[in-house]
Amino acid sequence: MHELYAILREITGYIYPNEVELHWGILIVVYPYITGLVAGAFILASLVKVFNVKEVQPTYRLSLLTALAFLIVAPMPLLAHLGHPERAYEIFLTPNRKSAMAMFGFVYAWYLMAVLLLEIWFDYRGDLIRLSQKEHGLKKWLHRIILLFSTDTSEESLKFDKKAVKFITVLGIPSAFLLHGYVGFIFGSVKANPWWSSVLMPIVFLFSAIVSGIALLLLIYMVTTLMRWKPIDMKCLDKLASFLFYMMIIDFSLEALDFLHRIYESEESIKILSQLVSSKLFVSLVVIQLLLGMILPLVALAATKLFPIPDELRRHIYFISALLVEVGIFTTRWNVVIGGQLFSKSFRGLTAYKMTLLGIEGLLMAIVLLLLPFLILYLLTLIFPPWPEAYETPAEAEATT
Amino acid sequence: MSKKAKRKQKKSRRDALKTLVKSSLLLFVPLDVPNDPKLAEELKENLGGYDPTKHLWGMGIQIERCIGCGRCAWACKTENKVPKEPFFFRTWVERYIVHRDGEITVDSPEGGIHGFQPITTERHILRSFFVPKLCNHCENPPCVQVCPVGATFRTPDGVILVDEEYCIGCRYCIQACPYGARYLHPEKRVADKCTFCYHRIVKGLAPACVEVCPTQARIFGDLKGRASPLVRFMRMNKINVLKPYLNTEPKVYYANLDMAVK
Repeated sequence: MHELYAILREITGYIYPNEVELHWGILIVVYPYITGLVAGAFILASLVKVFNVKEVQPTYRLSLLTALAFLIVAPMPLLAHLGHPERAYEIFLTPNRKSAMAMFGFVYAWYLMAVLLLEIWFDYRGDLIRLSQKEHGLKKWLHRIILLFSTDTSEESLKFDKKAVKFITVLGIPSAFLLHGYVGFIFGSVKANPWWSSVLMPIVFLFSAIVSGIALLLLIYMVTTLMRWKPIDMKCLDKLASFLFYMMIIDFSLEALDFLHRIYESEESIKILSQLVSSKLFVSLVVIQLLLGMILPLVALAATKLFPIPDELRRHIYFISALLVEVGIFTTRWNVVIGGQLFSKSFRGLTAYKMTLLGIEGLLMAIVLLLLPFLILYLLTLIFPPWPEAYETPAEAEATT
Repeated sequence: MSKKAKRKQKKSRRDALKTLVKSSLLLFVPLDVPNDPKLAEELKENLGGYDPTKHLWGMGIQIERCIGCGRCAWACKTENKVPKEPFFFRTWVERYIVHRDGEITVDSPEGGIHGFQPITTERHILRSFFVPKLCNHCENPPCVQVCPVGATFRTPDGVILVDEEYCIGCRYCIQACPYGARYLHPEKRVADKCTFCYHRIVKGLAPACVEVCPTQARIFGDLKGRASPLVRFMRMNKINVLKPYLNTEPKVYYANLDMAVK
């Protein structure tokens, strides 16, 4: 309770007494960030299968596994922040059909079961059968169980796999839109909060999700390729950076539109919101989200398109830009979630958020939840090797090296 | 398998799919929770003959009568065992000071529970007044709409309540309330708010805040009753509600509400 007394000293103007306690903290920042990465990674995977962008093929399986790793973690911050996590299952049993949040369970289950798991299963089936035939012991059995003891590698069955993957991906694009657009809707539909209440919110969430997903895969692809001592496919990297660039332009335009619209309409809340942006959110919104997370990488990526830059330097530019974009999108989520709670609904004052380091809703927990998907991704790559060398026979491997 | 049997199987599969699609569509059909007849029956049984369908509760507030003594906020905390710290309120009192230059300052020290310090400013003051606040028991409550499990609900007599054994503590309702009327109970870890002292009104008593108000600034009553003090109050005064543009349709009515009040 004493931390609430400390906040009292930081309040400027008037806030309702019940507003001293800020309710959605760092974990609720982490949640949309993670689901955004899921949606973004999946959209990237769909580029290969649906839109036939052959260049980014090397990232296809990595994208699927990344999406799965982050999706597994996605509900954890939500669960950890509930006042009664032991009652969470009520959301499935007695959902309030009018509540946007009640749809979470269904959207999540649909995405996990009907989209990601199925697509991974069909995409890996043929390869895993071949792999399991060469393996022994525990690993062989693990793969056989995952395969549901399927052993059919006939031409026809492999053809069916391909068809299934394509079908699921087509189904998956709107599903990914649903998953993250829905998170945007949770905020965008709160009419009590002018910082959130915007019809653009789900769309802005979506495009920032795609941006963060592509940037993450660019980073993961570069790091994992270097760790395997393989050469980076520059065609793939250039294409990823291109997509990142275009998506950032759309995202930036949408956010600029939202900003202009607010200023032009100048509603009742405009005074307190401009106070918010120029004081409490200045560093996180103007400096980090806008300058470091958006404009700087946009300029850098534009430079790689305009000027002939050697591969080595281009790789560095891509890597640093993607890293900045990730930081930028994280602060975007921060500015939405925390920013939306820093001003009073009386529009007469600002309050503060004091993040704790320890505790179930603290900073450490948030860091753990952000790192956990990478551990899961590592484990997933052991079970579902995403790289071609895992499926080569020793003779083939020798021929390629 | 004979052709007939195959067709039959196909048909049953199609039927199953149809049922699945139909039932999943049900998810999007808005159900009107407010008029749940089962709830009315249940309440009637548990409340010893009190018939919630016969009433519609609301509150009138005469701003000019409020002296800012804060007895209402104090009585509420005592009656409803609201945590004593100054961050949890089911009702509180705000003081507005409108300065000559147009600046408006608002304060509510500890929810006004110990009253207010005299105004000591040298500046010229145009007007000053107190405004008691509480849950507006909206007819169109955003908090009820957003609750993912339906733990917060509207009773047939128009009161918004929280089932503390059902609430999962997600705090979406707190975000959705435009009036800051909800808080998270620090010990119970569930959303909490004004109940119009539901345990009292079903016995024919007035809410605690109304009971203790020395100036009768708060008028509690039945909007369905013809001769109720509340209906009379609404007939005699020009009334307004808070943030009417949000279409929440509050049932807490203010007489002579100043435009400074939000």
